[in-house]
Amino acid sequence: MPTKTLAGTPVDTDDEGYLVNHSQWNKDVAAALAAEEGITLTDGHWKVLDFIDADFKEKGVVPGMRRMNKIGNIPTKDLYALFPDGPIKKAAKISGYPKPVSCV
Amino acid sequence: MKNLLILGAGTAGTIMASHLRKKLPKSDWTITLVDRATHHDYQPGYLFMPFGIYSADDVRRPMKRTVPRGIGYREADVDRIDTETNRVLLPDGTEMPYDILIIATGVHPAPDQVEGMVNGDWRKNVHEFYTFEGAQALTERMKSWQGGKLVVHICEMPIKCPVAPLEFCFLADAWLQKQGLRDKTEITYVTPMSGAFTKPVASGILSKQLDEKRISVVHDFAIARVDADKSAIVSWDEKEVPYDLLVTVPPNMGAEMIDRSGLGDELNFVPTDKHTLQSKAHANIFVIGDATDCPTSKAGSVAHFEAEVLTENILHFIAGEPLRSRFDGHANCFIESGHGKAFLLDFNYDQEPVTGTFPFPGVGPMKLLGESRLNHLGKMAFKWIYWNVLLPGLPIPFIGHQMSLRGKKLPPKEMKAAA
Repeated sequence: MPTKTLAGTPVDTDDEGYLVNHSQWNKDVAAALAAEEGITLTDGHWKVLDFIDADFKEKGVVPGMRRMNKIGNIPTKDLYALFPDGPIKKAAKISGYPKPVSCV
Repeated sequence: MKNLLILGAGTAGTIMASHLRKKLPKSDWTITLVDRATHHDYQPGYLFMPFGIYSADDVRRPMKRTVPRGIGYREADVDRIDTETNRVLLPDGTEMPYDILIIATGVHPAPDQVEGMVNGDWRKNVHEFYTFEGAQALTERMKSWQGGKLVVHICEMPIKCPVAPLEFCFLADAWLQKQGLRDKTEITYVTPMSGAFTKPVASGILSKQLDEKRISVVHDFAIARVDADKSAIVSWDEKEVPYDLLVTVPPNMGAEMIDRSGLGDELNFVPTDKHTLQSKAHANIFVIGDATDCPTSKAGSVAHFEAEVLTENILHFIAGEPLRSRFDGHANCFIESGHGKAFLLDFNYDQEPVTGTFPFPGVGPMKLLGESRLNHLGKMAFKWIYWNVLLPGLPIPFIGHQMSLRGKKLPPKEMKAAA
């Protein structure tokens, strides 16, 4: 399991760079993870990250697109503008949660 | 006399009726199934219809043949569930009181949730195979296929039987070869996920299947609309994938009745305790099969394993005991890979699919995450097992509701965790 230092904090990640231990996450780590994706975090990003954090704590999974829209009140277009190319997986990574997966 | 109502006479509801009729005395409990359908479909069979492997008769039986003995059947839609008075209300004004309610209303494709999907091209060049009507329409379309761009597409997760769209690609590849049309057909698999495979072990083994079969993958594609004029699907970031034939999996939603009853989440799935299968909102309402929001596959094998757990927990509930039986998310799925071969997966909430032998360690006879003819024969035999063993609630030998780690080859770190 790879270990690296982000914003001065040692973190454990999986092979794709997703944190495996959410207790190692903080806002500075988030900013460093975002920088790896070429993203500078703004209030708009934080609205998404805060929703994922609250929803994961309630449901135990990263919310899907429809849940982001209907429960988080975040339109899909905004998500693509904030996190280009793969908004859910990128937002999940920056918020310190696992990549959304299917059964295989 | 007490009433146990089961909403939905599909795989999960029918198995529950079979189990509970054996356990609950007829002198104390009336058990009634409510469903609007006149037929019970073997849903895994839809996938095989477009390739002429199964006919309509293989997948469909009249409901009167599948409703278990000793169970009442009410052919009706449900208006809503009134949880205040413990009644199910039907559109004609009938009120059905319940002491215990089981929700087994499943999910259905909702193509109207995607802009432009149900316009112009629907059931002509835009198809789905998750309903009987859809599979029939696609079967007709395939007969006139002369080649071009075949796009197999998932709108959003979660979907029923998540491997079926991949199986469709594999079976299409084999079928097109037989028709002499493979070289004239481009097959593209389009997914909202980060790839065709997302679990490390399965991905490592199965990804090469896509290369070998010349199936290209477009990933991270979140559909915004179907543009029927251009014959293309368009994503939210304005990427386009053109099609001559689009085989899509529309968003999967739970029954509208769940929404009308105020019992569902954003997809009309019912929030459910993933281990006990009790609804989170009401102690006397239980949920099984695709209707739950449990984080495992929406699949018949899951419903089958859940039914064993739920039967025990309903008996505990009636006896006023804690709900001691716990579901672990166990799923067991075949992946048809074409040319009479298949892969087999066995996994649960915590254990990703790995290689090994099943159900007997070292012996098999079936191979986990390996391609074999026997796996395919297992899938084909399953139709008979479904009608004759599964629905009547008879046990399947050697395969329990709790997933077994025996026979599974675990990566080194998981060996440590399991020990």
